[in-house]
Amino acid sequence: MSALRGAGIKTALQPAAGDTFMAIAHNPEKTLESRKPHGQQSGKTLAVLALLLVVVALGSAAIGSYPISLHDWWSLLRAPSAGGTVEIVLLQIRLPRLIACILVGSGLALAGSSYQGLFNNPMVSPDILGASAGAGLGAAVGILLGLDFVAIQALSFAGGLVAVLLAWALASGLCRRGDPVLMLVLVGILIGSMFTALISLTKYIADPMNKLPSITFWLLGSFASITSRDVGMASVPIAAGCIPLLLLRWRLNVLCMGEQEARMLGMNTRAMRFTVIVCATLITAASVSICGMVGWIGLVVPHLARMVVGPNHKYLLPAAAIMGGCFLLLVDDVARTAGTLEIPVGILTALIGAPFFLFLLMRERRQKS
Amino acid sequence: MNLTLEHVTGGYGSRTVVDDVSFTLHPGEVVCLLGANGCGKTTLFKLILCLLRPRFGYVRLGEENVADWSRSRLARSFGYVPQVHVPPFAFEVRDIVLMARAAHLAPFASPGREDRRIADEALDYLGILHLASAPYTEISGGERQLVLIARALTQQAQWLILDEPAANLDLGNQIKVFRAIGELARTGLGVLMTTHVPDHAFLHATRVVLMSEGRILAMDTPANALTEPMLFKAYGVPVSVVEVNAQPGIKPGIKMVVLNQL
Repeated sequence: MSALRGAGIKTALQPAAGDTFMAIAHNPEKTLESRKPHGQQSGKTLAVLALLLVVVALGSAAIGSYPISLHDWWSLLRAPSAGGTVEIVLLQIRLPRLIACILVGSGLALAGSSYQGLFNNPMVSPDILGASAGAGLGAAVGILLGLDFVAIQALSFAGGLVAVLLAWALASGLCRRGDPVLMLVLVGILIGSMFTALISLTKYIADPMNKLPSITFWLLGSFASITSRDVGMASVPIAAGCIPLLLLRWRLNVLCMGEQEARMLGMNTRAMRFTVIVCATLITAASVSICGMVGWIGLVVPHLARMVVGPNHKYLLPAAAIMGGCFLLLVDDVARTAGTLEIPVGILTALIGAPFFLFLLMRERRQKS
Repeated sequence: MNLTLEHVTGGYGSRTVVDDVSFTLHPGEVVCLLGANGCGKTTLFKLILCLLRPRFGYVRLGEENVADWSRSRLARSFGYVPQVHVPPFAFEVRDIVLMARAAHLAPFASPGREDRRIADEALDYLGILHLASAPYTEISGGERQLVLIARALTQQAQWLILDEPAANLDLGNQIKVFRAIGELARTGLGVLMTTHVPDHAFLHATRVVLMSEGRILAMDTPANALTEPMLFKAYGVPVSVVEVNAQPGIKPGIKMVVLNQL
């Protein structure tokens, strides 16, 4: 049936189209050649970015309060059982931390790019539906109740999921007609600010001597206490969120045309929206649960990636993921090495992210005028 | 396959916007849907395209009721050309056109060689292949309209549904767009489009559906449907229909609507 229809349009196109059309129809290479460079170029750019990530990761492994030269790395990798300080620093502290940075940075950038496509708005970040606030509340309550670290992480992850599910359910209930995306954003912001208020409440009633500082510090975001078990636990939901997003990434382009147009182009927008939201929420909640609230990555890195590979999500999502990893590794390097005391990474991402975003906006304005 | 509407009635909440509309369209026709603002044109489109469920009645393609079709099957039957708007991201023109392949591709797939060939064919057919790598946000409104038509062609549907294809276009671009639409209809596509300008219907339509307050006022050839009394009923302003460029006995003139002097 569809083959028939395909033949239909081809014959339909032929009589009126003249020589140029015929030539292209019979020689598909002609048009393909003219477009090949772009796809190849994006592929090359991705390869360069991946290489950059490797370089940044190696550099980050070397520097720190206990510098490890790449030569030490090499001998350690050749003879893993050598033991000693180097091995402990590298394998139990620095390596999990590097992997966590890459996981969280890539995941948040991927979730942010997907959300900006889904909500058709470049100003959206992955916590727009309240995932971060929910996860933050979960952790704050966990600390308040004096739970152990694993339980705090689990509660935080659950809090993120609950916040977004609540936003989804409320928006679906309220929105019988009208723009479902707009409703979702409004309800999401509402839920987010409610959960933020509840975080403040837990802080207010927390014991100011020990629990309040640990809630506050936890909310600032840090990779200082990451263990390999944290990485193992968070990698499952982060991967579970990233893989479907990467598989569906081309379809995000279609969603950028708006709800109604996407449906007319043959998309089941409701199912797609649900999938993207579930995936992005898994990533965000898992990230917050191991390293606290690290903001700005999901907002800034997608813009940076769009500048490099363009808005086509087929290339944008992998590029954002790689660049997100790089970005967070670099910021964490600063956090680890800038002062004698570690600076919480969430403070740095905001300090670097906000002016950088301003720079992007100014650049964009200059290009337009 | 004919597109048939049978007693289609629908609206929002308790409000009925489209009331008992029935007609049959045939492939190869160019049908213009006319009527005042708020007469139900857009709602009728939504009912045909299954964006809104009819309260009564059916929309049939051939013998089948389209209400139960999946979105991708609908998209393979109806190519919809919305009014031009600009997305927030600067996609390349070719990427915009390739979105039409969503209905033909598996969920995890992205367009391949064959899809790109179909998209380029459509762009070339409309004479805008040279824009393929240009950012969609930076081309003119007329070019965007042509890109959206190219996208609808890339959907490889038998029906082309256009929402005011001439809105925001200058005279030259209007002629270009209507010429392309006419050519496509001659090759067997069915075309249904809305317009606010009766002259467009006189020039380009084979049939006209004139709507008023959710009902069909007239459905006929442009000359028979768009008479002075009918236009007064539909739009509430007195107008005259004049004929220009007629060569008596050789060829009929072109009809035009002019406003009566107040």
